[in-house]
Amino acid sequence: MSHHDDSIQTTTLQANRALVDDCRTLGVVNSPIDLAGRALAIIGLADWFTTVETPLGLVYIAWNASGLSLAQRTESREAFRAFARAVLGRSVTAGALPEALARGTRAWLAGDNRAQLAFDLTQLTAFERATLMKTREIPHGEVRPYGWIAREIGHPRAVRAVGTALARNPIPLFIPCHRVVRTDGMLGKYSMGGPANKRTILSAEGVDVERLEWLTSKGVRFVGNAADDSYCYPTCYAAREISAERLVMFHDEAIALARGYHPCNSCRPPAAQLAS
Amino acid sequence: MRPKSAVAPSRSLVSISTDPQTPAGEIALAAALACNLESGFEALACAWQNRLYAFELRITGSHTDAEELTQETLVRAWRALSAFEPERRRTLRIRPWLFQIAVNLARNNARGARRSGVLSLDALDDPERLDSDGRGEAAATRIADEDPAVEPEASLERRQRLETLAALLLTIPHAHRLALTLRHIEGMSYPDIAVTVGLPIGTVKSHVSRGAAELRRALDRDRTREAYREETESVR
Repeated sequence: MSHHDDSIQTTTLQANRALVDDCRTLGVVNSPIDLAGRALAIIGLADWFTTVETPLGLVYIAWNASGLSLAQRTESREAFRAFARAVLGRSVTAGALPEALARGTRAWLAGDNRAQLAFDLTQLTAFERATLMKTREIPHGEVRPYGWIAREIGHPRAVRAVGTALARNPIPLFIPCHRVVRTDGMLGKYSMGGPANKRTILSAEGVDVERLEWLTSKGVRFVGNAADDSYCYPTCYAAREISAERLVMFHDEAIALARGYHPCNSCRPPAAQLAS
Repeated sequence: MRPKSAVAPSRSLVSISTDPQTPAGEIALAAALACNLESGFEALACAWQNRLYAFELRITGSHTDAEELTQETLVRAWRALSAFEPERRRTLRIRPWLFQIAVNLARNNARGARRSGVLSLDALDDPERLDSDGRGEAAATRIADEDPAVEPEASLERRQRLETLAALLLTIPHAHRLALTLRHIEGMSYPDIAVTVGLPIGTVKSHVSRGAAELRRALDRDRTREAYREETESVR
């Protein structure tokens, strides 16, 4: 083999090696951000998340095929991811809210009590689920005490357990635990940013928080309507229409019942167990 | 709401510290799949997303297709794994198995593209024809201007070289491109490629070498054309 042939062969070898190196480089690629996360969400091993504008500012929400799974205000996407992993035990990946959920959340935040929203509460106990779904029946602009929930779900003595279940609400705002207040009418705790936020969101929903607190300070738990002899929780929409001269205030249901008043059908204040 | 570690299932992310492309990494990943399918699969998806995406990108030349096909590969892998007994998952050779799914999807995708009349490079198996009717240029522009394998600070020359290579790879016949990509881009062994593409090793070797020759010819033509262009421009 001549010297000339040798050099040609070396050049070819070098060219081949360069080609092989370049091929290897073409295999080193970063896939689009969250590609695996999106696949996991499609499979159901991860949830999706996005943000929605609410009276409390931007709130992160997560969802999966069953419905909303988590809502929280956090400082960053990363903080929300970490929070979701701790609470749900799954990762979350950024996505666009499906049309049905987008419509539902919009309507709900706009105050539509009948807004259709699905939830994923599979990680909760039956009691926790019953508690949370009952809060969905409290209309926009109204509040109920813990005892009301306990009575309505058939566990009238489990007031404390109701409080615990509400404190664990994974989807505050959309499951409106902020509409549940202490039996004495004080606002009580709030899982999404403390009592100040509870006041903000209730005010935004049209609750006259100052009037409620004034009534509470006077020990008033129910208001009666002298026109039809019914008594209500103070925030019941029926109670708001009572004219000043027909408004009667009650410290407890026993007095109302004794005076011949009957419980409002809409807000369903306590009555049965004391009447018997 | 406080995290409730006692109630929520603690499905923490299994970290596979070893490279999943090494035999030890593959064994660790298979063991993770056998022991906890959900966390194991999460580790698998994270470990393989880049390689699968690179493979589909080199085969299809389209970022969108590569993204969709990678996603679909993972979804199908999950469905299959869910039906496997733990013992089968433990002994699974993950890489050839995973790329088998990826290859099938890439083949279907190529067929679909041909049928729907989209510009298909696979239909143009004859590289000479590609040049004569000028569609070689279309192939070259099919790669998006930013190739993810080219680091942004790379020299212009290196950038152009890799982009050209990626574009020319798309001009060689599909079967050869598959074999060549698995061998030289993905770095798989011949026995693994044979399992992946479902062909005898001899056929695979022939596909790889024919693919390499075609790629080299395409590169030479490209260089000749480039030189010709430079020359005519300097004359002008």
